[in-house]
Amino acid sequence: MTVTGERFEVETPQGGGISACPACIAAPSAERLAAMAAPADARIMLSLPEAHCAVCISTVERAVAALPGVRSARLNLTLKRLSVEADPQITAADLIPAINDVGYEAHELDPGLLSTTETERQGRDLLMRLGVAFFSMMNVMLLSVAVWSGAEGATRDLFHWISGAIAIPTVIFSGQPFFKSAWRSLKAGRLGMDVPISLALILATSISLYETIRSGHHAYFDAAVMLAFFLLLGRYLDHRTRAIARSAAQELAALEVPRALVVEAGAEILKPIAEVAAGDLVLVRPGGRMPVDGVVVSGASEIDRSLLTGESLPVPAAEGSVVSAGEVNLTGPLTLRVTAAGKDSSLHRMADLVAVAEAAKTRYTSLAERAASWYSPLVHILSFSAFGFWMWKTGGDLRYAINISAAVLIITCPCALGLAVPAVVTAASGQLFRRGLLIKHGTALERMAEVDCVVFDKTGTLTLGTPEPANLSDHPDAAIEVALALASASSHPLARALAEGGRARGLRPARVEDIREVPGYGIEGRWKGRRVRLGRAEWCGTKGVAETATYLSTGEGTPRAFTFVDRLRPGAAELVAALRRSERQVVLLSGDTPAVVGALALRLGIEDWSAQVLPAEKAARVNDLKDAGRKVLMVGDGLNDTAALAAAHVSISPATALDAARVASDIVLLGRDMAPIADALRISQQARRRIVENFGISASYNVIAVPLALAGHATPLAAALAMSLSSITVSLNALRLK
Amino acid sequence: MEILGILIPVSLFLGFIGLVAFIWAMKNRQFDDPQGDANRILTKEWDDRPKP
Repeated sequence: MTVTGERFEVETPQGGGISACPACIAAPSAERLAAMAAPADARIMLSLPEAHCAVCISTVERAVAALPGVRSARLNLTLKRLSVEADPQITAADLIPAINDVGYEAHELDPGLLSTTETERQGRDLLMRLGVAFFSMMNVMLLSVAVWSGAEGATRDLFHWISGAIAIPTVIFSGQPFFKSAWRSLKAGRLGMDVPISLALILATSISLYETIRSGHHAYFDAAVMLAFFLLLGRYLDHRTRAIARSAAQELAALEVPRALVVEAGAEILKPIAEVAAGDLVLVRPGGRMPVDGVVVSGASEIDRSLLTGESLPVPAAEGSVVSAGEVNLTGPLTLRVTAAGKDSSLHRMADLVAVAEAAKTRYTSLAERAASWYSPLVHILSFSAFGFWMWKTGGDLRYAINISAAVLIITCPCALGLAVPAVVTAASGQLFRRGLLIKHGTALERMAEVDCVVFDKTGTLTLGTPEPANLSDHPDAAIEVALALASASSHPLARALAEGGRARGLRPARVEDIREVPGYGIEGRWKGRRVRLGRAEWCGTKGVAETATYLSTGEGTPRAFTFVDRLRPGAAELVAALRRSERQVVLLSGDTPAVVGALALRLGIEDWSAQVLPAEKAARVNDLKDAGRKVLMVGDGLNDTAALAAAHVSISPATALDAARVASDIVLLGRDMAPIADALRISQQARRRIVENFGISASYNVIAVPLALAGHATPLAAALAMSLSSITVSLNALRLK
Repeated sequence: MEILGILIPVSLFLGFIGLVAFIWAMKNRQFDDPQGDANRILTKEWDDRPKP
């Protein structure tokens, strides 16, 4: 059901007219409640991560359009998003099976969260200014070639006038982003990179206009528009990288459509979380995530808390148990009395912690900021001292002195500097995105390059949080076949893992009859006339073992224990090995029991590990490491990692992590495989090297060109050459990134 | 050199057409799905008649 942006209006009796039965209005029927929740028109967004080709487009669009009630469907292959317009009664749940049938995975997206309009508008605005600057640069350049190759007298003046007529409006229009930001930084009393840029643009244009009126030799119209073009290009690249990261991050957030099934007057209504209040009754089906904090009022089940506490073992829940938002209900339906919803829920309170840490991260000064902080004063001093020197030398020739200082401003060429960082960051984040890493924060790559210590969480990070059977070979096939039959009937993670493990050994389920699931305990059935049970130790009449296990009682002999180990995330072992090879410190901090954590640490060869670590202790450990001078990379996924993720120098969380953890981290790992993290460390170091190289390249151009300009030998041709050459070398250097 | 009086306006005019075309394309959201459009041209659907 798509209910976004729609308000659920409660009609007042006055508004409903006079009724013979006031109670009918006071207590609307279940149908009416459901009808009120329905939106006027359905606009459904689905994410199709596997769509990649022309056939995908026509298959998916045809399959969806064939459904009754669908008006139009269009697949955007760039964003891998399908947008559907349909009659109001159509919901995403109607479309997803149809898409699955033609072989594609589809996830519902919350269109309300995908409001990229503001970013999109900014991007289009920049692109428009870039287009105008490109048009004028090409035309002015053509005219300038004639002047450079020796046009004289009236022809030169004519060409200068035409160039001016094109360049002046362009500079006014395309230069606006720089003028605005320069004005902002001047008002704040700082000299940003945009101040010398704006000054160069204005000075170059006005001196050229003046020279043209006086029919002088040199006009810098071409330099002014070229400057505007290259700088806008850098700005646009920067903007695009951020927009892509932001839209992907929003997509991740939109994947979890926050809704709750509220039980109201005997009917179940799907409501957005924002409209659930404390005191409401909420139904959570097996497999669903708790949308709110609450107390169980009816039902029995087991809940998976691994995302919140790091425990890998499910916890039983029955009437009276307290549950918090984010936990996953495993076996039976639960009805909760809401104690806190939305902004008040424990999940949301974590956001405060994150906000504090975010503020700390913006204090990091990037390489570009450091470069700008010495670059802009230097440029101004050079330009003004050239002006002063030539005023003195020529005995007060204002026109000549201004000409020289404008040439200095143009030739110091901030355009290479403006491209140096965005080009590298764009290339690097493109590389990482292809490997399945999403860079959310602008300076994350630079911080990543400094990392010398990596802290891992266990459940959900190094392990997938899904168990796999460990001791199947200790049991006879007959027992496994019975267990397989029972396990196939349940959606409990242990049962599913057991069923999968049994089938992988080529076994077939035994004939077990009357199978039923007892929520919170296990599965029961009849096999060869005997009652068989698969589930909790006490229920099967035995004592539990230390490891994660499920028990099978067949009515003869002692019940058997099937033990499980947590499945390692693919690439985890290789990553840890690679980190140890590169002599980075590796630490494992987990909220799980010592037995489980120790076994994993041994398996991966991590010497420094701690178990049963509380969330606050994790953050404290990270801070201790930071105080010891280490640059910490934190990799974690749960709510218990959120504070540590935020405290670390740079942080990564997998896409399966809880929303709060993803928000707190700088980089999101989109795939299941962990190996790209090693790539990210390598690429970030390379990117940092490229950025420094690029600064070096533009500095060396300046070392050659600035003395020329100071001496008064800089011609518009020299300025144009220096500018384009340095911009091109810088961009090419960025593209060398692999 | 009189030819300049014709050629310069002509070249500017042509460049201007390019600029207007670019702005039109951007306002019409032609750059929203570059990958999809590149692939859509390969499908045989709607080859015989336009999509209604």
